[in-house]
Amino acid sequence: MNPVRTRRVDWARPALFVALATPFALLAHDFWLELQSPGAAFGADAGEAVTRYLGEWAIRMLMLTLAVSPAARLFKRPRLVRYRRVCGLFAFAYALTHFAAYLALLAGLSLRGVLEDFIERPYITVGIAGLLCLVPLAVTSTRGWQRRLGSNWRRLHRLVYAIGALACVHLLWLSKGGYGEAALYGALLIVLLGERVARIALRRRAAVGKAGKKG
Amino acid sequence: MAERIRSYEITPESAWLSRRAVLGAGVAGLAAWPSHALSQDWLGQRGFAPGAPIADEAETPFEYASAYNNFYEFGSDKDDPARHAHEMTVDPWTVEVSGEVAKPGKIGIEDLLGGIDLEERIYRLRCVEAWSMVIPWIGFPVKKLIERFEPTGAAKYVAFETLVRPSEMRGQRSFFSSIDWPYVEGLRLDEAYHPLAIFAVGMYGKVLPNQNGAPLRLVVPWKYGFKSIKSIVGIRLTRRQPPTTWNLLQAREYGFYANVNPAVDHPRWSQKTERRLPSSLFAPNRIDTKPFNGYEEVAPLYAGMDLRKHF
Ligand code: HEM
Repeated sequence: MNPVRTRRVDWARPALFVALATPFALLAHDFWLELQSPGAAFGADAGEAVTRYLGEWAIRMLMLTLAVSPAARLFKRPRLVRYRRVCGLFAFAYALTHFAAYLALLAGLSLRGVLEDFIERPYITVGIAGLLCLVPLAVTSTRGWQRRLGSNWRRLHRLVYAIGALACVHLLWLSKGGYGEAALYGALLIVLLGERVARIALRRRAAVGKAGKKG
Repeated sequence: MAERIRSYEITPESAWLSRRAVLGAGVAGLAAWPSHALSQDWLGQRGFAPGAPIADEAETPFEYASAYNNFYEFGSDKDDPARHAHEMTVDPWTVEVSGEVAKPGKIGIEDLLGGIDLEERIYRLRCVEAWSMVIPWIGFPVKKLIERFEPTGAAKYVAFETLVRPSEMRGQRSFFSSIDWPYVEGLRLDEAYHPLAIFAVGMYGKVLPNQNGAPLRLVVPWKYGFKSIKSIVGIRLTRRQPPTTWNLLQAREYGFYANVNPAVDHPRWSQKTERRLPSSLFAPNRIDTKPFNGYEEVAPLYAGMDLRKHF
């Protein structure tokens, strides 16, 4: 029925990789256009355009990563969870290049400028906090670390919800005049986190119920 | 040096052709067209005195100045105004002048500008978001227009108001916008009367594109761009300092004065430097920001004021 399973070649994985890398590929193409003729792809303000583009993909990938486990439960496809890692790593890659774009194009590679922004501009503070929190998650995303950390691994990786919240606050604080996108991602985060909290609460209640019967 | 070719002289005309010019081409008896809008013909007939370029500072090409805009009435992305501002009807256009004036009234735009000489002014435009442009405006001193309505002795401030028309301004329909329309701005009367402060009706030798604030906008080059209100329908002379949109939204971030000042930082953007557009990947064009955006001659307006407090 499913050729993927019978041949034991997981085509979904490279396909997913290509899909997640596509925004990078489009950006590379735009870089090439820009090289031919400045302004052709990024308009008047290339720094802003590139930083925003990568920031948007960073938060989308982050939300996608958060959605994998709930989706696996919802569609009763537990094996989907295998793809969570690559989503998370792409979220990290987009966030890191987003930071690199900010550093090179908006902050003019000035570390003093970054430090000043970190101290004086709350949306940068939370952005950097989010990026820094992503680092240990990316590092410990391998199976080896998962084994080594045991049950602490799950505890550590719950940090991703905090990162999602930081990203939403980052977006809220940098938007002026409208908060549509921040509200959208915030609502998504609440749904995803809510699913988790509700599930745990239900399990607890079930456990308590069982314990009650025993006693 | 070789004769300068102005960027707008090589800009395709399709970009700015006014709606009326397009319609007019198919209408017989064009001369009888009841006209309230500013068309290319109108500007051509009026003519304007050419302005002096800023030494060593190149004009931002028209295609950037007309494609990269903040005009939240049409959306919050920089390309939203260029995409959606054509939905705004600028013909007919009336402006209401009210408040502390001897001769208040509602006037069609062409009558409003009757007999006013137009001149080109090539100005820096510094946005609070730390980018800037150099734009050749066509307009006239604010003072010339306001004096026609004979402000009373009690008039101390002048308030401006942008069109509200959600059916044609999709940003005003946005559920998530935190701006309370209409967009309002204001100046102290002595600021408005400074010879550098102008109303613009054109740029780059053409009538203003809608996304740049057609048909009538303010240009106050020593202040952050958001003070230079667009598509004005109301001018009111007041005794007290009028409310201003960004100040209402975030008083801590946007003051009433909003003079360009590298010494006063903003919680979102460092104001010490700016990206002079176009800012490309390979030439970001970062330059230092100057006090009063380089227009130090306005400093006496603020003599004795603490500009860190009155930012
Ligand atoms: C978890 C990490 C991060 C995520 C998910 C994220 C996400 C975003 C998003 C969604 C935007 C808005 C894009 C738009 O409005 O189109 C944005 C803008 C921005 N971010 Fe981040 N960001 C992160 C970290 C950072 C860091 C570490 C920095 C710099 C230190 C940073 C600096 C900026 C800047 C400067 C902008 C505004 C660009 C502009 O409008 O000029 N971000 N980010």
